[in-house]
Amino acid sequence: MKFTGILTAAAILVATSGPALSAETLKILTWTGYAPKALIEKFEQQTGIKVEPTYSNNEEMIAKLRATRGSGFDLIQPSQDRISSVQEKYNIYQPIDYSKIESNQIITSMLKAVQKNTLVNGESYAVPFCYGTSGLVVNKKAAPNAKDYDALMDVNYKGRISYRLKRPTLIALAFSKGDDPFAKYSDVDAYTKLMEGIGEDLIATKGLVKNYYANGDALLELMRSGEVNVALAWDNGGWKLHDENPDIDFVAPASGALGWIDTFAIPSKAKNVDAAYKWINFMLKAENAAYFTNQEKYGTASKGADAFLEEKIRNNFSRSFTAADIDKINWYPPVPAKLESIEGKILDKVKASN
Amino acid sequence: MAGRLTLYIFLAPVLLWLFLLIVLPHIDLFFISLQAENDMGDMVWSLSNYEAFFTEKIYWLTFLRTAVYAILTTILTFLITFPIAFYITKVVSLRVSGFFTILLLVPFWVSELVRIYGWMILLRESGVFNHYLMQLGLIDKPIEMLYNDISMIMGLVYTSMLFMVVPLISSLEGLDDGLIEAAYDLGASKIVIIWKIVIPYIMPGITSGSIVVFMLTLGNYLTPNLMGGKNSLWFTEQIYNQFIASFNWNQGAAFGFLLLILSTLIIWIGLKVTRQNLSRALS
Repeated sequence: MKFTGILTAAAILVATSGPALSAETLKILTWTGYAPKALIEKFEQQTGIKVEPTYSNNEEMIAKLRATRGSGFDLIQPSQDRISSVQEKYNIYQPIDYSKIESNQIITSMLKAVQKNTLVNGESYAVPFCYGTSGLVVNKKAAPNAKDYDALMDVNYKGRISYRLKRPTLIALAFSKGDDPFAKYSDVDAYTKLMEGIGEDLIATKGLVKNYYANGDALLELMRSGEVNVALAWDNGGWKLHDENPDIDFVAPASGALGWIDTFAIPSKAKNVDAAYKWINFMLKAENAAYFTNQEKYGTASKGADAFLEEKIRNNFSRSFTAADIDKINWYPPVPAKLESIEGKILDKVKASN
Repeated sequence: MAGRLTLYIFLAPVLLWLFLLIVLPHIDLFFISLQAENDMGDMVWSLSNYEAFFTEKIYWLTFLRTAVYAILTTILTFLITFPIAFYITKVVSLRVSGFFTILLLVPFWVSELVRIYGWMILLRESGVFNHYLMQLGLIDKPIEMLYNDISMIMGLVYTSMLFMVVPLISSLEGLDDGLIEAAYDLGASKIVIIWKIVIPYIMPGITSGSIVVFMLTLGNYLTPNLMGGKNSLWFTEQIYNQFIASFNWNQGAAFGFLLLILSTLIIWIGLKVTRQNLSRALS
């Protein structure tokens, strides 16, 4: 008797959960903050498609898709410079059908640039979503003279410096030495030599560094508590901190901030491609894109979003960037294969040194 | 016949589990580790991934450092947990000993990540310890207690304590109190009793606890990374870097195998040196 009771209960449970299970889902592999909860709920209400976001970073996104040979997710959001060489080598994305994209709501120059940078065998693989820069986040009271990346190796800020031990750090420091690492992308030997030099600098100045932070939140915490005064980080982090403490702000470095564009790309074995296109168009709709920018403070690729932005957000940009600073932004070109392993070895050496 | 069939039926899930989830992926990894990219960008069979470990100083030095620290952690863990285990099993009454065992277990109901963040909140420059030391006037400006080897070892010892204390308690429970009393009657000192009676008796427990702690520490990723800070290149992190940051699965797979082989070797040497027997330790 009891047993049949349990069986009936189980049967009811299966029956009721049936429709929910069969509803469409959209699996997104993206960065923290790129799929705000409010927008997910709005999208679910409009389309009935359930969104399941997973948070990650460029390297892990690519490694995950490489492991599954391009299946498991319907949409991913790598940076534009990490698409063409990865696609040539591992074939994990599928070409974008731009007729399904509402391109009138995207800033034209940005769409063109991304199409050009992700071109492989005559087809393009990505749609721009948001952009931002990496530069210095500085506590101006404690470090008034931090104007360029070399502040990360300045003995005046001993023990108050932090950065990620990742490729942007190497590239930023190369620019501050007056070199142009992007121009050397195609020349493996020259690039290796340049980066080894930077690696030696990092080892020599290692004693000045507080720690190598692992993610943006960890850095915000270190800057809030005053444990770090100079850091190499994303502009939005600096602006978030500026809201809480006016002494801290993002500073566009004299040798040029590093500009990146994050995109939408569709994995080669995505199951729900239609939903992926729907999400792309939804996220780039002016008011939704503006909601994202107001929340996360990244610039958006959406054309009309400007009208919905908060005053504060617009001020952030004009406060940190003069017209000259904008001209100086170094946008990441596509990364050729092989560079990652060169950089990886140098970064390992820096971390292992004493 | 029927008995044997039952045996196979019950054994099948275990064998399938071992084969599908452990043996098969390792075979795949082994083949990946034997391939490398040549100058043309094609995959060819090669031992260069293994060669790289021995020729590049940074790789084997990292391994050496990891292994030495793992051994140190194992020894420290034993030195700390042995008195605790002895106290719980031999000194306090039975009822209280159960309560103490639960107290030891409670922190492990929380995930490792949360425990490590707990330590970070206590130790950081703007953390709890510094706050109270400043208030008591013992120091004038906060000291950075995180991001060095000592805090990392402490974190490692803390995360692996349970795996040492449990085998020690179960071995000590089997030790007849009469033996210790008899030794006292015959005039043995405390040190002699511990050295000649207690330690030899619980040696299998020490061995199995040490193996578990050593392997867990060697394979740990989180603690060295979060608490060790800028100097803490751990060998597992290098495997992660090869797979994720450098996209070099072949090198990462080779490192994975080297970790497996070298750690097995270290345990084998350890067993030989202390004249222990693996099957006795695990029984």
